[in-house]
Amino acid sequence: MVDYVLRRLLYTIPSLLGIVVVCFFLTRLSGDPTDLFLPIDASEEARDAFRVQYGLDKPLMEQFVAFFYKALQGDFGNSLRFGEPAISLLAERLGATIQLALATLFIAVGVGIPAGIVSAYYRNSLLDVAVRSLAAFGQAVPTFYWGVLCILIFSVWLKWLPTGGSGGLVHLILPATTLASTLVALLARVMRSTMLDVMRQDFVRTARAKGLGEFTVVMRHVARNAFIPVLTVIALQFGVLMGGVIVTETVFSWPGVGRLVIQAIYARDYPVVQAVVFFFALIFVLSNLLADILSAVLDPRVRYK
Amino acid sequence: MRHLRSPVAVTSLIVVGLALLATLAPGLLAPHDPAEQSLLARLAPPSFLGGPEGHFLGTDQLGRDILSRIIYGARATLLISIAAVVISCSIGTTVGLVAGYNGGRTDALVLRLIDMQLAFPVILLVIAVVAVVGSSVLTLIVVLGVSGWPQFARIVRAAVISVREMEYVEAARAIGAPAMRVIFRHIGPNVLSATIVFATYELSRMILIEATLSFLGLGIQPPTPTWGGMISEGQKYISLAWAASVFPGIAIASTILAINMIGDVLRDALDPRLSGEDGR
Repeated sequence: MVDYVLRRLLYTIPSLLGIVVVCFFLTRLSGDPTDLFLPIDASEEARDAFRVQYGLDKPLMEQFVAFFYKALQGDFGNSLRFGEPAISLLAERLGATIQLALATLFIAVGVGIPAGIVSAYYRNSLLDVAVRSLAAFGQAVPTFYWGVLCILIFSVWLKWLPTGGSGGLVHLILPATTLASTLVALLARVMRSTMLDVMRQDFVRTARAKGLGEFTVVMRHVARNAFIPVLTVIALQFGVLMGGVIVTETVFSWPGVGRLVIQAIYARDYPVVQAVVFFFALIFVLSNLLADILSAVLDPRVRYK
Repeated sequence: MRHLRSPVAVTSLIVVGLALLATLAPGLLAPHDPAEQSLLARLAPPSFLGGPEGHFLGTDQLGRDILSRIIYGARATLLISIAAVVISCSIGTTVGLVAGYNGGRTDALVLRLIDMQLAFPVILLVIAVVAVVGSSVLTLIVVLGVSGWPQFARIVRAAVISVREMEYVEAARAIGAPAMRVIFRHIGPNVLSATIVFATYELSRMILIEATLSFLGLGIQPPTPTWGGMISEGQKYISLAWAASVFPGIAIASTILAINMIGDVLRDALDPRLSGEDGR
């Protein structure tokens, strides 16, 4: 077990290295970084001064090592717009994003899992067909469009909920529902198909044969076992969620990290873009790692593959 | 091809056919010039809901015809998505074929590369690159295309490994066929169906990503109409007129849904073994 986790930890190193490389080359893609960081009409002296100040006159390899060393400490330089360190801007916005992500997971698990269970248990019934069609539909509709539709229906027409911004729980409902939409659909699909796999197994027949109630069989024996692969999917999707966070926060003007990065892109505030890209990619890699470790812990078969 | 005659398949084919027609010859379908403004008829509701004649789906904040803009908007989305899938499919299939056929060190290297790229969130990569380089059609195609190859490589590699040791491949090798000929002539066609099915799903994923980018203002820039861009513009006026943001979204969702349905049909028709959750 420890062996597996250690090996898996080792595998994340190239990924992390890859992320740093991408972040590093991001500002060098267009050739001269001073084009990005300084105003267009900056003088050649100002450019030279900037290069010396940030070590851009050094060899690329040396620059990379410096960047790497600083990135590991969370230092991406100061925001060009606010003059504060990029990382503290990110930290300020992090709370709102975490709030959104947790609410999303809560909704996705709370709706997707029961939907999958019911759909599998009554398979090929009208209910199952309804859940499956809704799930197919949920995955086809872009997150931002769900958001716009939610605003139209619940804010503009029904006037129940605010169109955006942050505040109390009422502000959280629409963004979290929107962000959860694809995840609900995915979880329902995965839960349904793993339920079907487990339901055919011998121990389920045994459980029924020894006279357990139908509810106990489904919940204790089938759903619990079917949930293991689903848990892995949830951990994996947590990283994917970060892309959706950017979109959802933009739609609802939610003051989180996703909105920060979009505003930073519009304002060409590259240190902030680098910091957020690095942060999101880190979450992505870590949630992949978590997914693998979780499935190894919960399902011993994985460890020996 | 009895699968293709189901009502779902026929509807999906019609939707995709219309989208393709709009991509190739939008002028044939669109009732108006997508850039033509009419300041007297701004934010008009659809004509079937009492809006002015001639604007079937209403008009946007500049009085431009929404239906025509949706039709012209298909071009950016579909061209970029199709080209991106072609690129990622070509790279991925070639890499997968070579890695799967050769095995050994090539294979190990390719696997690590695949893992490394899959560990990076695609949408983030695209946003980051577009943010710096800017968003031309070419940039979007290349970035999306390069981002998608690992999945193709993975699928093709697995398919190659499953047929590599079959007797007919051995026979081809035994009569002295060169490796390239064995790979492309004998193994290639057998991994084709899995690739086609996957390419279909991948197309709808690319459409989703392109729409998301243009919604965020990182795709093709105005005044060229894009579906995502129209929704983003329309959201600003949503309390005054819902048509400008709702209809482009229906275009996106129905295109994606139709392509996914065609993918399901192709999967069932070409390779029943891939058929996942239904029918069990």
